[in-house]
Amino acid sequence: MAILVVAEHDQHKLRPATLCVVTAAMRIGGEITLLVAGKDCSAVAQAAARVPGVKRVLHADAPHYEHGLAEDLAPLIVRAAASMTHVLAPATTFGKNVLPRVAALLDVAQISDVMRVESADTFVRPIYAGNALATVQSSDAIKVLTVRATGFDAAPDAGGNAAVEALEAAPPSGLSTFERQELTKSERPELTAAKIIVSGGRGVGSAENFKIIDALADRLGAAVGASRAAVDAGFVPNDYQVGQTGKIVAPDLYIAIGISGAIQHLAGMKDSKVIVAINKDPEAPIFEVADYGLVADLFQAVPELTAALDKPA
Amino acid sequence: MKILVPIKRVVDANVRVRVKSDRTGVELANIKMAMNPFCEIAVEEAIRLQEAGAAKEIVAVSVGGPQCQDILRTALAMGADRAILVETDGETQPLGVAKALQTIAAREKPDLIILGKQAIDDDNNQTGQMLAALLGWAQGTFASKVERAEGGLRVTREVDGGLETLMLKLPAVVTTDLRLNEPRYVKLPNIMKARKKPLEVLKAADLGVDLTPRLKVLKVDEPAARVGGIKVESVPDLVHRLRNEKKVI
Repeated sequence: MAILVVAEHDQHKLRPATLCVVTAAMRIGGEITLLVAGKDCSAVAQAAARVPGVKRVLHADAPHYEHGLAEDLAPLIVRAAASMTHVLAPATTFGKNVLPRVAALLDVAQISDVMRVESADTFVRPIYAGNALATVQSSDAIKVLTVRATGFDAAPDAGGNAAVEALEAAPPSGLSTFERQELTKSERPELTAAKIIVSGGRGVGSAENFKIIDALADRLGAAVGASRAAVDAGFVPNDYQVGQTGKIVAPDLYIAIGISGAIQHLAGMKDSKVIVAINKDPEAPIFEVADYGLVADLFQAVPELTAALDKPA
Repeated sequence: MKILVPIKRVVDANVRVRVKSDRTGVELANIKMAMNPFCEIAVEEAIRLQEAGAAKEIVAVSVGGPQCQDILRTALAMGADRAILVETDGETQPLGVAKALQTIAAREKPDLIILGKQAIDDDNNQTGQMLAALLGWAQGTFASKVERAEGGLRVTREVDGGLETLMLKLPAVVTTDLRLNEPRYVKLPNIMKARKKPLEVLKAADLGVDLTPRLKVLKVDEPAARVGGIKVESVPDLVHRLRNEKKVI
């Protein structure tokens, strides 16, 4: 088995999801090659070489790889995949964008959102917003998979000593160009890597009111998430959205505030270890999945909770 | 500009699906079906581009069984000009569908293909990207804004860190995210009018497209049910339990 893992990074550091994909690759078993493509990203290639279990790092450096454009990356990945049995990438917007393009160029199927490896050709993935789990088997020569980070622990980021090889860049496709990005700046942990998440929904009522969610999150060192309703209403940016088509999270503690619990939202957070729901509607479906439910007015309960955390146990 | 809008018929978004007792799939008998919500957004975006004078013709296309004519009629009622059904009785998977759409694109020669980023049944999120690969076109996935611009199409994408704006050369493939637009409701007179709009049915076999599934579903299981918890009476009670029972804070 020869497994290519497409690394996601920001030109400086590997994204945590990449380390979860390495763990998935180890479950499949075989020789693991990490592909690091970017611009001036040799620090990432070096970091990738330190991940235990990685045998080899392919480093492709060119200006047109800076923004992870699928049209440019896909032919490079296809070239690197020629001698591989598997190609893996995280099921993030990066991986979801580029990997199906790779699969089509290889004329193979893709298996999306793999959450469990059963064998080298059989994988478990959620369908219908996670209301069913399909066990699927691939007969293709190269298995192309996006991997759900919540399904696999992160591999350690030190202790390994892989060889780094330069991979020649392909010419730019010229099909698409990056213009700009507006990334949400936050001191808080990344949503998909946070141990605690405090999420707000429609019940929070406004962008201004989200401050009470922020205050609780900051007290807990937590990330802030949101339901689709809160994002659609403009309370918070799109990258806060947790759910079937947003981010999939599984923190140790998920606190859902003013969130009714539509199946699309539950799909994104029901694998959290402990779920707390605060909602004034005792019939809200969120209570069906919550370990602890508090039927209360969030505008009283949340500040009270924030204050209570300052008191010693 | 001519726009092709591929759409999919799926279980209605409000239906809570159940896994079949023989674990071969989910129960679809007598279940309400509808156009995939992301596909509705794609149809709406094409219509808005047409209303803004940026598009001349909108062609809706679906790959699937004869029942897919229902959602094609809905697309026509929303405002698409004509529709094509690539009819097949077998199971459809993204690569096969992308190949069928590639064939339709070769016939219709659209400047832009807009489709949903994922279908809410299989949750694959693949077809648009695969189609762009097969055609060798630019792709703007998870779009929250689409603008005609000099030299192509400007697409704002919802990415994990926030938003990203790309300039795509045309022809291109765009996949829709939730916040691109809010699809219109279909009015009764438009449903009547849609009955007279052309809907062409092509047999997948006649197009020479290989729709053979590449993935075999061995079984479909219910996810482990989350055991419902308890209602706590007060904030101090909650804090106590989080600290002492679960030890998560």
